[in-house]
Amino acid sequence: MGTKRRILVYGYGNPGRQDDGLGIEMIKMVQEWIDRHELTCMTSENNYQLNVEDSEIISNMEIVVFVDATQEESILEYKFAKIDPSDEKIEFSMHAVSPEFVLNLSKKLFDKMPETYILAIKGYEWDFKEELSDNARLNLEQAYQFLTRKLANWSDISDNLPISMINEWN
Amino acid sequence: MSNKITIEPVTRVEGHGKVTIYMDDQNNVRDSRLHIVEFRGFERFVQGRPYWEMPVLVQRLCGICPVSHHLAAAKALDVIVGAGTGDGLTPVGEKMRRLMHYGQVFQSHVLHFFHLSSPDFLFGIDGDPAIRNIIGVAMHHKDLAVQGVMMRKFGQEVIRLTAGKKIHGTGAIPGGINKNLTIEERDELLKGPDPLNADKMVDWSIAALDFFKDYHKSHAKMLDEFAVFPSNHFSIVRKDGAMDLYHGVLRAVDADGKKILHDVDYQEYDSYIEEEVKNWSYMKFPYLKEYGKEKGWYRVGPLARLNTCDFIPSPLAQKAFEEFKAYTNGKPNNMSLHYHWARLIETLHSAEMIRELLNDPDLQKDDLVVKGKKLQKGVGVLEAPRGTLFHHYEINDNDQITLANLIVSTTNNNEPMNLAVNHTAKAFMNGHTEISEGMMNAVEVAIRAYDPCLSCATHALGKMPLEFTVINQDNKIIDQKSK
Repeated sequence: MGTKRRILVYGYGNPGRQDDGLGIEMIKMVQEWIDRHELTCMTSENNYQLNVEDSEIISNMEIVVFVDATQEESILEYKFAKIDPSDEKIEFSMHAVSPEFVLNLSKKLFDKMPETYILAIKGYEWDFKEELSDNARLNLEQAYQFLTRKLANWSDISDNLPISMINEWN
Repeated sequence: MSNKITIEPVTRVEGHGKVTIYMDDQNNVRDSRLHIVEFRGFERFVQGRPYWEMPVLVQRLCGICPVSHHLAAAKALDVIVGAGTGDGLTPVGEKMRRLMHYGQVFQSHVLHFFHLSSPDFLFGIDGDPAIRNIIGVAMHHKDLAVQGVMMRKFGQEVIRLTAGKKIHGTGAIPGGINKNLTIEERDELLKGPDPLNADKMVDWSIAALDFFKDYHKSHAKMLDEFAVFPSNHFSIVRKDGAMDLYHGVLRAVDADGKKILHDVDYQEYDSYIEEEVKNWSYMKFPYLKEYGKEKGWYRVGPLARLNTCDFIPSPLAQKAFEEFKAYTNGKPNNMSLHYHWARLIETLHSAEMIRELLNDPDLQKDDLVVKGKKLQKGVGVLEAPRGTLFHHYEINDNDQITLANLIVSTTNNNEPMNLAVNHTAKAFMNGHTEISEGMMNAVEVAIRAYDPCLSCATHALGKMPLEFTVINQDNKIIDQKSK
């Protein structure tokens, strides 16, 4: 069993706006999974949106996964991708910033650049309701299965998987 | 020939906004408008919901200042549950809310100064856009940028420990609060490891204010002459005239400092304020009824608050306030870019108030809630970071909301923001046929001074493009840019 790496799963969005809360819902599920398997190398965070101070939070991590809702038409269920630092959206809005921007700020301010990914989950409804649409919930479930596999591999626990975790995957 | 220039949406402010500048045939600015897409459906959406849901429900409005909405709704419901109008709570109830509020104001002002406005000061309004941003600040003034990040983090921690959680906090409830501050939580904020403690926040707030004052010395002409126009100023103040961001009476002064709204009870706000609808904007235009649409509009926010109050009840901010007032010989300050100066004085005041409250043993008391005879109408008002925020609710016998009316800070600043755009457009665009980056940013600098929050939509990935469009008098697009 190798060295465990510090991992952060960070979901964001407004759960009061239906599928915009996909990232927050994922964090509830992942944190429960982390607690159940007592994975001390992992932690989770959530917020309405990303902001500049998140650069300090991720600078203390080795792997970061940002989880957000998406409306991208090209994404059918979810998309997982590694991201690079960028200030591409710097002039768009600074009250909320992109994952790439947060990573860039971590690099510039704290000289740290964790391996960073975005898990974008497709959403469909954005009204003032505190419940996910049925289709978004299906996408969330698939994304959760994928993410927990990834987390298990990164944390080097896959060789000693608890039976409960193996059952979850099958 | 007459040209129409459109900048859409305004950058580095939240939500959607669009500036349209109408040029005449001599390429001089004829008129300008700031269009804002404000979501107004919320007031209808809450009708029929149980009143006690409001402090949590209203946080769906906005991810930028949910704490302000949370507290304004709770204050309105204090009235409905018979807990008085802001001064009827228990000491722990009122002080926990104040701590939450000052944490919110602190972190909001810090974000605005360090990460939205400082690039304009450090690199100039017409500076290279490649570095005129927070990444530029990070590369060229790293200590300043790190300070901003850590101050934001501290403010967010104050909110987390008082509101209970970051998202949909539940700290404030009708008639009080649902938790006090434990000794451990208090010490986390009061004696946290450097730099995350209250003393350091006060020190850094002083340093930020000094930074601005130094900049002012060398750039007085720009800061003193940019988008200057007389206006009324409006805010709540404490009954003795002190600045109070959480509770007080309504006061307005005119451009010469004469009181035109005399410390009235905000439960009757609709006797004094009306909102005008204009056909080209979704956002209403509030004004003082007594003075009419033309003369009754006003500024709100940090600049207005320093113009309406008589003093600031914390020693370091009071000293800074005296210097600020002396600059205009005690008269109201009508310089738009002096919002930044005022905002930094309020940042210092908030840091001082946070430290003072943390040292108050009332925060550990257990009498969290009071209730009395139920009423069917309640109004809650506070000074949100961007200005005065009104929440007004009425309920029926089944405890359901029958009426909700919200006047948010940015709506209160609608007319002055439009005037600021107009002044800036005339100063920077007259005689020009092409839009330069510096010219566009000058208009945005004018709007940014007011720190508008242009409604909060969902923010899911890939939702909001940034486009620039130039349209001539025949409504044909003659230029279009996006970034």
